[in-house]
Amino acid sequence: MHDAIVGGAYAAQVAKEKNLKRWMTVSPDYAYGRDTTAEFMEYLKLFNPSIEIVGDVWPKLFQADYTEAITRLLQGKPQAIYSALWGGDLTSFIDQAGIYGLFNEREFFAVNMADYAVLTAVKNVPRGLHSGNRYLKSFPNTPANTNWSNAYQARFKDLPLNWAWQNAAAVQFLTSAMKKTNSADGKKMAAALRGMSIDSPFGSNGKLTMRAEDNTLVDYAVGWGSLEPKEPFMSKPSPGNWKQITELEVQWKKRKSYT
Amino acid sequence: MDLNALFECLGSMSCIVTQTSTGLIVGALLFLVAAGLTLIFGVLGVINFAHGSFYMLGAYVALSAYRITDNYALAAVAAGLGVGLFALVFERFFMRRVYKSDVLLQLLVCYAFILILDDVVKIVWGAEFQSMGMPKAFQQAPLFIGGGVVPVFYVYLMAAAGLIAGLLWFILTRTRAGKIIRAAAQNPGMTSALGLNTRLIYASVFAFGGLLAGLAGGLAAPVRSMSPGMGFSILIESFIVTVIGGMGSVSGALLGALLIGLIRSFGSIGFPLFVEGIMFLAMGLILVYKPSGLMGKGQS
Repeated sequence: MHDAIVGGAYAAQVAKEKNLKRWMTVSPDYAYGRDTTAEFMEYLKLFNPSIEIVGDVWPKLFQADYTEAITRLLQGKPQAIYSALWGGDLTSFIDQAGIYGLFNEREFFAVNMADYAVLTAVKNVPRGLHSGNRYLKSFPNTPANTNWSNAYQARFKDLPLNWAWQNAAAVQFLTSAMKKTNSADGKKMAAALRGMSIDSPFGSNGKLTMRAEDNTLVDYAVGWGSLEPKEPFMSKPSPGNWKQITELEVQWKKRKSYT
Repeated sequence: MDLNALFECLGSMSCIVTQTSTGLIVGALLFLVAAGLTLIFGVLGVINFAHGSFYMLGAYVALSAYRITDNYALAAVAAGLGVGLFALVFERFFMRRVYKSDVLLQLLVCYAFILILDDVVKIVWGAEFQSMGMPKAFQQAPLFIGGGVVPVFYVYLMAAAGLIAGLLWFILTRTRAGKIIRAAAQNPGMTSALGLNTRLIYASVFAFGGLLAGLAGGLAAPVRSMSPGMGFSILIESFIVTVIGGMGSVSGALLGALLIGLIRSFGSIGFPLFVEGIMFLAMGLILVYKPSGLMGKGQS
């Protein structure tokens, strides 16, 4: 949801600059793929009403062979493509689409691309790829984040993924709650966690907040940018605007009657 | 359903070329896996449910071989030979003991090996998905034929599959070894009575079937991300192919694989949400009207 707003705003901007009118989507055919794609396209159209969605392709989750999805995208002649594929599926797709020249003179927006597991698996990240950050050592570009990433690599001999920062943030919140209440009692900690703000390497401004009204993590670093094949992978990220995210999220919650 | 798009595609040369080649590409790899499966069934009468895992093993062996030698052809050959060798051991120590048993016991042995091989892959290569990457020689712009797009890598892949299909046909129909294999498939008792070592024939055929699956895994490695469990979906599709083509018929496997490939490529344009459905519908229709499959001989 947050990512759809940030990604939609970013992609709308790129679409304006490069005059990308014809869009297609290719996402895995299950709830996550369907919902994420619908939300992204909704905000893309909100920020840039001139774009046109000319087709959608839904490969199966964990499909090994994307050939027919790729050729269907080629037939549709889109100027830009959005994808919610992730992990090994995204890697296979990029490898297979690369030899078809799908990324030549076409922009590709993949929400799950800036994830070290994918970035290191795809041997040749093609040009014209845009992504939201899952986790990047270089974003936010602060000493705290760089230190955390280095410490993680030294400890686990592996690159941190999306799950790593999320769990680290969760543990930071829990330990802060324990210190604050000086107890491990669930009810006391839950009360302390409500609305809590902590210093964190993953915050957009060095802080993370557990929003009081719905226990949702906010103010984390979220951004989109174009990708390069090497570290820092995304040298000019466009950070999300949390004021804008919050405003649109309130409207979205009203529409969905979540409030 | 999008019949307009399908008719539009059938009216355009570039679309026909691209989609037909797509069907052939999808079919070529399916054929390699299904050929081994159907060969083993035709001669030994057992269904090797671990066949998808052989394919997976082939992809991983190719990955390691490629990392060491940096040579794709060598990696694919290593995958074929490595998995062939493994299949030989698997037949000698496990499958051989259940040839005369109930099909459920055979299924159990194979399923155990599906799980074991998935875990072996996790231990040796890790649980995280891996990718081999496209070899340098194939990193080039795709070919444009009649306005249609065909990647260079797939041209070689189709050629390799065609070569293997031709070789299989030649071995089975034109050589003494092929005659013996067909004889053992038709009447193992008589073959054995004529002084031929059926055990050796069975072992060789099983190993050869494994080799084909390993080779398919190795050949496909540059365009597949590898993860434990990747053999499962290809196993299901290979079954559809062998049922359509006729269990035990290699030419049927070729026909079935190409049919499935074409259903996938043109179906994704005309019936984007029902491609899988059409595949199973085709299989169902064939089971109703020709239960032995397109090229299968009426089973007794």
